[in-house]
Amino acid sequence: MTEYGFFIDPSRCIGCQSCVNACAECETHRGYPMIHVDFIDRRNTIDTVPMVCMHCDKPTCAEVCPADAIKKNEDGVVQSSLKPRCIGCSNCVLACPFGVPKMMSELEQMMKCDMCYDRTSSGKRPMCATVCPSQALAYVPMEQILRERREKPANLFFFGNEPVRTKVFMMVPPDVDAMSIDVLDYMWEPCR
Amino acid sequence: MAVPPNDEARLIERFGPHPQYEPPGGWQDESRRPAEKLVKTHCCFCGQQCGIQLKVRDNRVIGFEPWEEFPFNRGMLCPKGVKRYMQSGHPDRLLAPLIRESSGFREANWDEALNRVASRIREIQERHGPDAVAVYGGASLTTEKAYLLGKFARVALGTRHIDYNGRLCMVSAGVAYKLAFGVDRSPNPWNDIPLADVLLLAGSNVADCSPITTDYIWRCRDRGGKLIVIDPRMTPITRNADLYLPVRPGTDLALFMGMLHVILRDGLEKRAFIAKHTIGFDDVAASVKPYDPATAARITGVPPESIEKAGRWFATCERGFALHARGIEHQSKGVENVLALINICLATGNIGREGAGCVMITGQGNGQGGREHGQKCDQLPGQRSITDPEARRYVARVWGIQPEQIPQAGYSAVEIMEAIHRGEIKALLSICFNPLVSLPDANFTAEALKKLEFFSVIDFFMSETAQYADVILAGSLQEEEEGVVANVEGRVLHIQQAITPPGEARVDSQIICELARRLGHGQHFPFQSPREIFQELREASRGGCADYYGITYEKIDRQMGVFWPCPSEDHPGTPRLFEDGKFFHSDGKAHFMVTEYREAGDPVNEDYPLFLTTGRVVSQYLSGTQTRRIGALVDQYPEPRLEIHPRLADDRGIRDKDWVTVTTRRAEITLQDMVVRTIRPDTVFIPYHWPGRKSANKLTHRTLDPRSKIPEFKVSACNLRKSEGPPEGA
Repeated sequence: MTEYGFFIDPSRCIGCQSCVNACAECETHRGYPMIHVDFIDRRNTIDTVPMVCMHCDKPTCAEVCPADAIKKNEDGVVQSSLKPRCIGCSNCVLACPFGVPKMMSELEQMMKCDMCYDRTSSGKRPMCATVCPSQALAYVPMEQILRERREKPANLFFFGNEPVRTKVFMMVPPDVDAMSIDVLDYMWEPCR
Repeated sequence: MAVPPNDEARLIERFGPHPQYEPPGGWQDESRRPAEKLVKTHCCFCGQQCGIQLKVRDNRVIGFEPWEEFPFNRGMLCPKGVKRYMQSGHPDRLLAPLIRESSGFREANWDEALNRVASRIREIQERHGPDAVAVYGGASLTTEKAYLLGKFARVALGTRHIDYNGRLCMVSAGVAYKLAFGVDRSPNPWNDIPLADVLLLAGSNVADCSPITTDYIWRCRDRGGKLIVIDPRMTPITRNADLYLPVRPGTDLALFMGMLHVILRDGLEKRAFIAKHTIGFDDVAASVKPYDPATAARITGVPPESIEKAGRWFATCERGFALHARGIEHQSKGVENVLALINICLATGNIGREGAGCVMITGQGNGQGGREHGQKCDQLPGQRSITDPEARRYVARVWGIQPEQIPQAGYSAVEIMEAIHRGEIKALLSICFNPLVSLPDANFTAEALKKLEFFSVIDFFMSETAQYADVILAGSLQEEEEGVVANVEGRVLHIQQAITPPGEARVDSQIICELARRLGHGQHFPFQSPREIFQELREASRGGCADYYGITYEKIDRQMGVFWPCPSEDHPGTPRLFEDGKFFHSDGKAHFMVTEYREAGDPVNEDYPLFLTTGRVVSQYLSGTQTRRIGALVDQYPEPRLEIHPRLADDRGIRDKDWVTVTTRRAEITLQDMVVRTIRPDTVFIPYHWPGRKSANKLTHRTLDPRSKIPEFKVSACNLRKSEGPPEGA
């Protein structure tokens, strides 16, 4: 079976919120979208960015959870908190380097994108990446992305000296291998 | 007198718009249960006509599933497509005919309502002649309904005056393509877009108005194609433009003529193609002589280097591809703007080839099919001209009447409203049109509607215009009646009936046939189903430009759409036109057409020194009759905001989110602003989807393109002042 990957390319995003609207159709969180689409700075630009859960190899959200409520599946998908365990402390919300989890106060539970587990586990594509009219969110085989796109996929991020590898790929310029967010990444420091 | 019977608040309380936030049966209950069937059909909104699967249970649409096999959109949908199903089971839905009394609207049975409409129309026609009654149609109707309505006006009513809301949309492009190519259709399929080397996007906010086209454009970039964007605003598609030309509103023509000037000056035209396949080149070449880059730059506000670059890129690439939409067409020189763009394509040989061509981005769902078969004031089925004696003879034979019984050409949409205003037209029957929101100069429209002696509307929700009606006939949503539409590419698609209309509401085609019967013309309207109408439409279009004779519902399903012309059942359809170098004029050539630059119809001056331009946002559709009733879409962009550049804002002492009064020669409205660097400082923008105090079309003017009769929505002169606070009712 072909291995599908999830790819985000902010440079394609037109801010239409199709993904947000489609996300709310999900069977597991009906009526509540788990995607963020934001204008970067509407006064100065029309640029927007969509954000889904990056599904980290070592999910910080799970590591900081005092109730051990956040689980990662064998296939690398990090799930929403387990309702019976979640104590609604919001540690995960604060700790996530990508700002993804949402504390759903009505449900007293943290919820987040689970890559449409109900769909992907039965061979369907996630709702957001299926409907996205600009394919800023894409769920396609890796070889297809490498063949068709001018940007290339990367899934290694540095936050300070902290490398984070993710299941979801960010499309980056062809000469970039990893994304560094912090000034620290461009400084020289002795290893800690 | 057609005056709304109650105060607005009471009408809104009863008929909405109320935003619907949940699927029929709620998020947690009924809509979670499995669907009884998945119906493969198309979106009810724009001209992209994306494939979608509707989930149906208990005769309601409870959700959707992407239709990934459908080749045009491959599962992609915009937010309107995602949420369209929330119209099903909507509390605002009209469930029975309504008759207006002095105390308000009361429900009536069908016999009473239809008899009332028929008798009032007969009475008015006996007193004032057949042309005292006009018909308004719409381009969201299926082609069967559009065809039926055209026949109804000509045969059952015998009136000259039928026109449609596509008059506000595709007619400038239509006239220009007919003049240049002899046929009114985008010549290239969308699969050509990714194959182009240079894309020239003129006056098209793709991201908001035709979102699916974005992916086609990005795929072109992935292959190394360049993107040129021409627009007074930076819309989201501009984020990856290689060249952005911020044209001053209403001056696109000078820009195109400047580009052609550069191409000819540098000898980049394709001489062999021009000689073999076109006529009229020399006159056009002479006409662009005065438009050197410096002159064009002075008129357009675009740097001369950018004009040079755009002309040279387009002329020197192997495959140039122009896409245009209402930005250049909603002008009093809309036809000329399109012709000038076509002239560039012809001069550079960019037509009729894979990845090379010129296309119009159709606005409405059936913007293409809805204008081919006879609901335009000057047209008969098959894109035939109503003034052509041969066409009249042919269509009269299909209809079983004499050619002289077909009325001559009538007024266009805005002209009909003007004739109502001056008392010449006394009665109006309208379907799929909300002119109070969508026509220019909305206060004038309201005055005109009040003058009608009789007004009847077929609709599924109470539109703002329907509030003025004497009789409202409860019609059907797109998913409630089978039919065909033609998408942006001229690909004919099959709309499936997913459910039947709720309550006493009826399918539109049966309402029209029933009216025809009561007007004494039942013998010409024996149709029991859309399929029967389609059979006659095939025959009526046969031999015309838009030849549907070889198209059947089954063939559409089998091929996932059939591109017209399709003259016989064994013909596969025609995805790309002019591949053989033959155009649809009798001489087989493409015609260069001379264009002449002139001022816009509502010129700026000292009192009104700024340009107002109007347009759409992604979460709303046209006059909003449907989308202002869907909660998620309302929340995404709840109110029209005035877009204004920081330089202009500073100049006027205006800050972000201030209330600002916009004044034109017709009216003023007060809106909250949005200070953004993504618009020219001499221009402001307002989206037009709202009525009343939020109505952008109170500000716009009724100047029409002399040939296409499209209003100049994209260029009005205006002024601004900071308001003390919000207007009453805000």
